[in-house]
Amino acid sequence: MTASAVLRQTGEVVLAIALAPFFMGWVAQCRAWLQNRSAPPLLQPWRLLRKLFWKDATLAENASPLFRLAPYVLFGTMVLAAAIIPSVAIDLPFAFVADAIALVGLFATARVFVALAAMDIGTAFGSLGARREMMIGFLAEPALLMVFFNGFLICGSTALPSVVERLAAPPFIIYPSLAFAGVAFVMVLLAENGRLPIDNPTTHLELTMIHEAMVLEYSARHLALVEWASALKLFNYACLGFALFVPWGVASRGAGPGALVLAVLALLLKLGAAGAVLAVVETVSAKLRIFRAPEFLAMAFLLAVLGLLVHLMLGA
Amino acid sequence: MIMGSAPSLSVLLALVAGWFALGLAGLLRPHALGFVGRVLFPLGALVAVGVALVGLGALRPDRAAEQLVLPLGLPDLPFHLRLDALSGFFLLLLGAAGAGISIFAAGYFRAGEGTAPGLLCLQYHVFLASMVLVVVANDAYLFMVAWETMALSSYFLVTTQHRIPEIRRAGFLYLLIAHVGALSILLCFGVLQGGSWKFTFDAMRGPTLPPGRATVAFLLALLGFGAKAGLVPLHVWLPEAHPAAPSPVSAMMSGLMLKTAVYGVLRVTFDLLHTGLWWWGTLVLGIGLFSALLGVVFAAVQTDMKRLLAYSSIENVGMIFCGIGLAILFRAFDLRLFAALALSAALIHSLNHALFKSLLFLATGSVLHATGERNLGKLGGLIHRMPWVAACALIGTLAIAGLPPLNGFVSEWLLLQAFLVTPRIPQTFVNMLVPLGAAALALTAALAAYVMVKFYGVIFLGQPREPSLAKAHPPGPLQRLGLAWLAAGCVALGVFPQLALTATAGITRGAVGEAVRPGSWLFIAPLAPAQASYSGVLFLAGILGIFALTFVLVRRLYHGRVRRAPPWDCGYPWLTPRMQDTAEGFGQPIRHIFGSAFRIERELPTAWDSSPRYRIHIEDRIWRALYVPLGRGVQRLADAVAVIQGGRLAVYLLYAFLTLVALLVFVL
Repeated sequence: MTASAVLRQTGEVVLAIALAPFFMGWVAQCRAWLQNRSAPPLLQPWRLLRKLFWKDATLAENASPLFRLAPYVLFGTMVLAAAIIPSVAIDLPFAFVADAIALVGLFATARVFVALAAMDIGTAFGSLGARREMMIGFLAEPALLMVFFNGFLICGSTALPSVVERLAAPPFIIYPSLAFAGVAFVMVLLAENGRLPIDNPTTHLELTMIHEAMVLEYSARHLALVEWASALKLFNYACLGFALFVPWGVASRGAGPGALVLAVLALLLKLGAAGAVLAVVETVSAKLRIFRAPEFLAMAFLLAVLGLLVHLMLGA
Repeated sequence: MIMGSAPSLSVLLALVAGWFALGLAGLLRPHALGFVGRVLFPLGALVAVGVALVGLGALRPDRAAEQLVLPLGLPDLPFHLRLDALSGFFLLLLGAAGAGISIFAAGYFRAGEGTAPGLLCLQYHVFLASMVLVVVANDAYLFMVAWETMALSSYFLVTTQHRIPEIRRAGFLYLLIAHVGALSILLCFGVLQGGSWKFTFDAMRGPTLPPGRATVAFLLALLGFGAKAGLVPLHVWLPEAHPAAPSPVSAMMSGLMLKTAVYGVLRVTFDLLHTGLWWWGTLVLGIGLFSALLGVVFAAVQTDMKRLLAYSSIENVGMIFCGIGLAILFRAFDLRLFAALALSAALIHSLNHALFKSLLFLATGSVLHATGERNLGKLGGLIHRMPWVAACALIGTLAIAGLPPLNGFVSEWLLLQAFLVTPRIPQTFVNMLVPLGAAALALTAALAAYVMVKFYGVIFLGQPREPSLAKAHPPGPLQRLGLAWLAAGCVALGVFPQLALTATAGITRGAVGEAVRPGSWLFIAPLAPAQASYSGVLFLAGILGIFALTFVLVRRLYHGRVRRAPPWDCGYPWLTPRMQDTAEGFGQPIRHIFGSAFRIERELPTAWDSSPRYRIHIEDRIWRALYVPLGRGVQRLADAVAVIQGGRLAVYLLYAFLTLVALLVFVL
């Protein structure tokens, strides 16, 4: 492993950690504009984090060590995911630690830890949130895997660097199967990140919450890590989407510093567009009843499977 | 007369004899709990470690198969033993998991619970020894003797608390299906000998059977071993019998005994039969997927913690058979490398399941002893009372949920990789249908995480649901050692999956003539690094490194101050344990989504009930659809036959006379 590779890897991770709250802020800003509200500044998530880190952590009397460890584990998994997903450069030393399937497992690890932490205090909201989150999880995970299977059929690989390399390579072919997979992926992204129409990230009605219900008992630095991790999760999902569906602009193997700067700019551009699209989707859709969520995700799953079949039948 | 030099097999025989001796020693002082628990069971664990080491030795790539003939058995058919890579792998599995279970059992059994400890010790060690003999048997006779010994000893272990009628009933059902399976296996060997009337496996290995006979043999083997493995629809005994046994025995049955059935299928399919038709593979794959899905869906709605684990065993066995099915399929199309990948996945999942399922069953045993409660609805908050058990169970939970970097994930990952290459199969419909199988497998894996969050969350987290739980006592050092041994195995195989992959290389080379690359010490990349790779050790190091860095940074830059306060719960002050999700509540989404899989009887209270009562009973549809009519048919047949048994001596004499006349006519 060369020094430049280490530098690239650290650079990408730091960039992800720094950009994730901005991306969250950007989506909130777009949503506010679309809904004719005055928008919070882009720095708002950062201010929230700073405030939370300074506060004294209040723990429930019966909180176990698991409850205190979970935010760190959650943050750790999301940072690791950011290290694996090729968002700026392809030749990352860490990219071979996990392929796309293992990445799905990594997200599942994070989900299980949050759900366990939510059940730890023994409140009604905590276990309700855990149950709902695990339900969304087991519906979304197969759909996500099927999306990656689509990528595999085209590229013959589930290793993300190879996928990006293959899809970004010059003969630009429009793959019909990827179109199906793309829609499915967006649906999974919405569900997994607690966005409308599955969950409302800004809700204050406890009974309708999923993600927020699970983290109700967290405060201060623990809450800050949880919030940061969910921002990173959204960022990671966005970068995964870029890797599969808009792989252009990622620096190729052995690229110099100039190409890396260009790649960062391309990433910013893509994030800006993705945030705006996300805000539009969230503005035009209403929240679904919780038991309509299986239908929504089954739809995503079917679309991804349809993509597989289309690929196998057309042979392209 | 012992023929040939077989050092490992001789050692193994000595170890097995040691187990028998330990069992018999238990009979000397059947009621001396201290002697049995503190002396015999720990010695048994040492023997198990020895068995694991013999297995490990047999897995070395340069090792040829060892054979041994014992002067026991029938006059013209002495006992043949053989130790090859496949046997070695299963010996490793039996020994490694068995050692942990034995150490735990040393601290587990208590006086006054049904069978006397000394007798239990005999049954326990005979059970272990018979499983070892099953995997080294090299003729049908010894195999069947060991197989039946295994079934009988485990039957007596299941019915340890034989005063409870449900347990007797569970034991009966187990024995019944075990014997149906054994008959089928016996018939399978009958077909395999192919008219030579030689019942050694060497003789069966020789000739290639015509496809028709091979298919009959394969289907009989699938039926017979499937009954033992708990494949749907022959699974009904499993959720009854496994929970009925004492926890170490449940662990042995789920963790170890099911694997002997996997071994049997592998031995027949990949060793004794040379040919394989592709549709065998799809059949096994279909049954495996169906078992996996049904098992996990039923596990999600259970309220008894041991039944939940038993259903989860059906799921895991289903996944193992998915791998076997894929391997058969790939082999039939001569895609040897892919067959090796699928077979490795199945083998590694067997090993992993032996470790984490034993671990979880033992953890439920500790909980059961500490609280006297196996109903999930009456547990909760035990992480505070039994932190050791909770920590080990957490590892088991994460492993069985298929989460990286633990071992359960590795085998699921390998299996998914095997599914990914199925479009290369040159058969149009198969290569389109099989990706749907991958979807079902993904759903199973995700549901398993749901089930395990329920399992762990309801038992160990939250508030205690009963006041008596405050008196729960942590288990003794021997129990902890057993749990820690198995948990360490789960972590080690998860972080260094290349060890397991290397161990299976010899087997796949023998079975399908190819082996996947074991990868370097850092990575596994079974097909090609550019295609897919996974590094358990870097995965763990990455998470731990970021974890530590974050922890230190947060403390350095800010502070680590903590205040303790009552739970927030949105400002609601009168929080009681009854407000948490019950096990039924946590399973409710599954009942809602997969409603058609169950037969549900529900009693709902009305708003005017003075004593409202909510009761829900969930039953397997297969029981009513298949077993009840079958039982009725057998009963009717028996009634019809009973007509000729009038009980009068004169009539019976007439029958004897008529038979004699008929035979004479036939002969003349």
